[in-house]
Amino acid sequence: MTESTKTDEKTSAPPAPVRTSAVARWRWGALAVLLVLAVYAPFQLAPFYVFQLTMVLVYAVALLGLNLLVGHAGQISLGHGAFFAIGAYTAAILMEREALPYPLTLPVAAAVAFLIGLGLGVPAMRLRGLYLALVTLAIAIFLVPLLKRFEELTGGSMGLTLAKPQPPAWTGLAEDQWLYFIALIVAVGAFLLVASLLRSRVGRALHAVRDNEIAAEVMGVRLSFYKTLAFAWSAMLAGVAGSVYTWVIGFVSPDSFTVNLSINLLAGIVVGGLGSLSGPVLGGLFVMFVPSISQDINDAAPGVIFGLLIIAVMYVAPTGLAGLAGRLIKKIPRKKE
Amino acid sequence: MRVSAIGCTALLLLAVAACGGRDSGGETAAGGGTAAAGQCAGQQTTGITDTSIKLGGIYPLSGPASAYGDIPTGIKAYFDYVNAEQGGIDGRKVEFVVRDDGYSPPKAVEEARRLVEQEQVFALFQTLGTPSTTAVWDYTNQRKVPQVFVATGASQWGSNTEHPWTIGWQPDYVSEARVYAQYLKDEKPEAKVAALYQNDDFGKDLLGGFKKAIEGTGIQVVAEQSYEVADPTVDAQMGNLAESGADVFLNITTPKFGALALAADAKNTRWNPLHIVNNVAASRTVLEPVGFENVQGVMSATYYKDPNDPTWDDDAEMKLYKQKMQQYAAGKDPNIPYHAFGWAAASSFHKAMDAAACPTREGLRDSVRNLDNVEVPMLLPGITMKTGPDDGFPIESMQLMEFKGERWELIGEVIDTRAQFGPPTTE
Amino acid sequence: MAGFLQQIVTGLGAGAIYASLALALVLIYQFTGIVNFAQGELAMFSTYVAWTLVAAGMSFWLALVITLVVSFVGGMLIERVVIRPVEGAPELTIVIVTVGLFIFVNAAAGWIWTFLIKDFPNPFPGGALELGAVTVNFSTLGVLGVVALVMGLLYLLFQHTKIGLGMRAVATNPASARLVGIRVGWTLALGWGLAATVGAVSGVLVAPLLFLEPNMMAGVLIYAFAAATLGGFDSPVGAVVGGLVVGVAETLAGAYVGFIGSDLKIGVPLLIILAVLLLRPQGLFGRAAVERA
Repeated sequence: MTESTKTDEKTSAPPAPVRTSAVARWRWGALAVLLVLAVYAPFQLAPFYVFQLTMVLVYAVALLGLNLLVGHAGQISLGHGAFFAIGAYTAAILMEREALPYPLTLPVAAAVAFLIGLGLGVPAMRLRGLYLALVTLAIAIFLVPLLKRFEELTGGSMGLTLAKPQPPAWTGLAEDQWLYFIALIVAVGAFLLVASLLRSRVGRALHAVRDNEIAAEVMGVRLSFYKTLAFAWSAMLAGVAGSVYTWVIGFVSPDSFTVNLSINLLAGIVVGGLGSLSGPVLGGLFVMFVPSISQDINDAAPGVIFGLLIIAVMYVAPTGLAGLAGRLIKKIPRKKE
Repeated sequence: MRVSAIGCTALLLLAVAACGGRDSGGETAAGGGTAAAGQCAGQQTTGITDTSIKLGGIYPLSGPASAYGDIPTGIKAYFDYVNAEQGGIDGRKVEFVVRDDGYSPPKAVEEARRLVEQEQVFALFQTLGTPSTTAVWDYTNQRKVPQVFVATGASQWGSNTEHPWTIGWQPDYVSEARVYAQYLKDEKPEAKVAALYQNDDFGKDLLGGFKKAIEGTGIQVVAEQSYEVADPTVDAQMGNLAESGADVFLNITTPKFGALALAADAKNTRWNPLHIVNNVAASRTVLEPVGFENVQGVMSATYYKDPNDPTWDDDAEMKLYKQKMQQYAAGKDPNIPYHAFGWAAASSFHKAMDAAACPTREGLRDSVRNLDNVEVPMLLPGITMKTGPDDGFPIESMQLMEFKGERWELIGEVIDTRAQFGPPTTE
Repeated sequence: MAGFLQQIVTGLGAGAIYASLALALVLIYQFTGIVNFAQGELAMFSTYVAWTLVAAGMSFWLALVITLVVSFVGGMLIERVVIRPVEGAPELTIVIVTVGLFIFVNAAAGWIWTFLIKDFPNPFPGGALELGAVTVNFSTLGVLGVVALVMGLLYLLFQHTKIGLGMRAVATNPASARLVGIRVGWTLALGWGLAATVGAVSGVLVAPLLFLEPNMMAGVLIYAFAAATLGGFDSPVGAVVGGLVVGVAETLAGAYVGFIGSDLKIGVPLLIILAVLLLRPQGLFGRAAVERA
């Protein structure tokens, strides 16, 4: 039986040859403009929008991890929300019970999520496609009662309420701006980390695994090693996103991390575009904004619209929004030439 | 291909930037806000004018908890009726903005901020569910925005002193548990109780309150089983509880699971305990699918009038409710108890605004914390809203009822749990 | 001892419910090679159709027949209209479409029929069989009987018909199947139609026991997945045995393993899935997949 999880867009591999071309320069230019805009935005936008963009960045970091696993290593995970929750709870518990300063909770959350990801990754990575999806789905469902069980630690179903990090006086920033910049720094760091990871040996090994497992193995790629590693990294990024989430929202409870979160994240990355670096950002925008757009259209049954929108995006862009944009832009220069 | 995607994102950011300036919206307007003059000088009047008042509510309209999405329908019907036929609340037309959080706390935070900062509402009138309400209440209290009559019965809304801007409405779960405990003390002082409870704050609050209330009596809880809202059935739990041979079964569930437990109890001919079902699951709309013949003699307690109960057929408020529901919520079934719940809560809000000394946020906050036996026609006769400096629980009285034939029959007197037990606590 | 036996009977009752939906999952997987997250929701929607007909005064059995036909046509239509446009796309795209379908159907059902629970006529007598100290409800026996019947029919379809052969060819390799003259598109549509019909049977069986409401099947889905995994995604017999084993294991673990209790018993299907996949990935009754590059 052949597995068809490999994506048909070979273009998503690092495009080494175009680096020197005009397109590449345009790309760096656009990236620079985007960054400038991202830094400028919180000084212009109302605090509510700044908060929304902060959440987009948080989801983007989580999706970056999911993209590594799904888009680059070709493994389906329906349990990404569980690692997000592990990061969020690690940060919350350290802040609440240990009174740890909040910036220190991020590396701990990352490490905890990484280790749990590694532990679960060893058995999970013997599975492919459908089966991995089912196992990770079961993990996401199981996490909710598990969080309630260890009440002394997690606060049970009431959850934990935390004070939000306050901006240092010297910055002159408002709380929402401060949280936004923290999220932005974490997101940029995560993007750089993933980008350099993908350019390394590891990235090539992952792509080989995605495109053809058996060929990769024949060529000497240690399959289980790289797949497990991809799973652990993916978990780690989700954990990082989770800890920033805790700072921004200031509250964790089992109901915040139901299986819906995992499903929304997977939908987000597929809609955003697998295997591309902009996919997670577009996916983050999707996860954040589409539910509220849905209820603006139909407040009696927002789910009807949300479901239709997911299907509609998949029609228009079977390889995600990033892929759609890529197809459009490819058509334009060809006509000019 | 990435070029364009990045470009698109940049354009999107620009577009977002264009649609709401930091100086024009949010922070400054809400932070500085508008203030009243005269005796109410300096108090916040954001979202309220001489002719309008804007409220925001957050409910799960999507996802597994969507059943509660019927509550705002009843609220809207009430406000539409008051706006059209009474000129609004004291001349102020009510605008009620409803947002969906899908029962997800982070979404509730987002929607609360949208309502407070973007929509500039006067108050949050109801947030639904303990997790969503807890996620939001630090924010509303820091911003000094009233978050009134939240639709959850956790006892913390009344007992917590650090959140004066947040207050509950319905009887808290501890008070309800005490009503059942009181009944058993009188009628079955040696009762052995088996309990099925939802594994969250609601189930634990009610069961905890019950255990606290039976301390030092001959009543004991001999078996308890929990379920998760994701569980497909509770048959296994019911089997385990039947093993205990208890003579009272306490059914602490939400509607669907309440019906499943009632049906399982009815099917099991070897175990016939006195069945007490909590108020949340006690509507006739829950009992009817189980079959009335299967729920004879089931006990519960209530505080507002059930539109399905023929007792209220000639009740003036119930007639008004049904007529106005038809008029202002056409196509919606007035018998859905959540609609009546919403109506009762909205009418309570109306009374609280009427009682406020100042038409300001502070005025509302002080009013809901100084309710002096305010009568709300949709509540049972003899039940009023009462709060005070050391009492943050608007409704603490309930009345027992027993299911006979095709209806609930109220039995005994209204039980004032504060008078009997003191302030609610599970400690 | 009687208590223990009663627990097993309770577990079998739950297991029969999981098995009924697992059969539909196995069917769709056999035809299309994908896992359909919306399968349970489609079953729920079909059940509402039956409920509407019965509520309008139709007899139960006539309503059932109409519902099965409507479900079959509806399933095929969904394949033609919803799945067709993304047929050539990566598998994951189709899976996400079924997630979108899940959310859509669930919300639409709530919109049309509200979230109030509805009682659904039980085709089986209400009483129970008393075997010594153990009580077995007639409805449990009825569900088991129908599940066994559907299982048998599916087994015949898979193994002894041309459609079954064609369908296996399509799921295994659509391109080759097309080359040997199989109408791939119609086979896929047929798969969706049949799965929706089996799902409708499942919904009608489950509704009298769980009460009909839009989230009726959501809780069953993960158990049905566990059942199909345990039994093997290509075996109807496996789906049923898997469902029963999952139901019994979950009930016994909840009752007798103190640490698990009734709150953590949702972990049981997770453990089962993991154990099966690590020890015998093809499931108890599945054929080991021979992978070819």
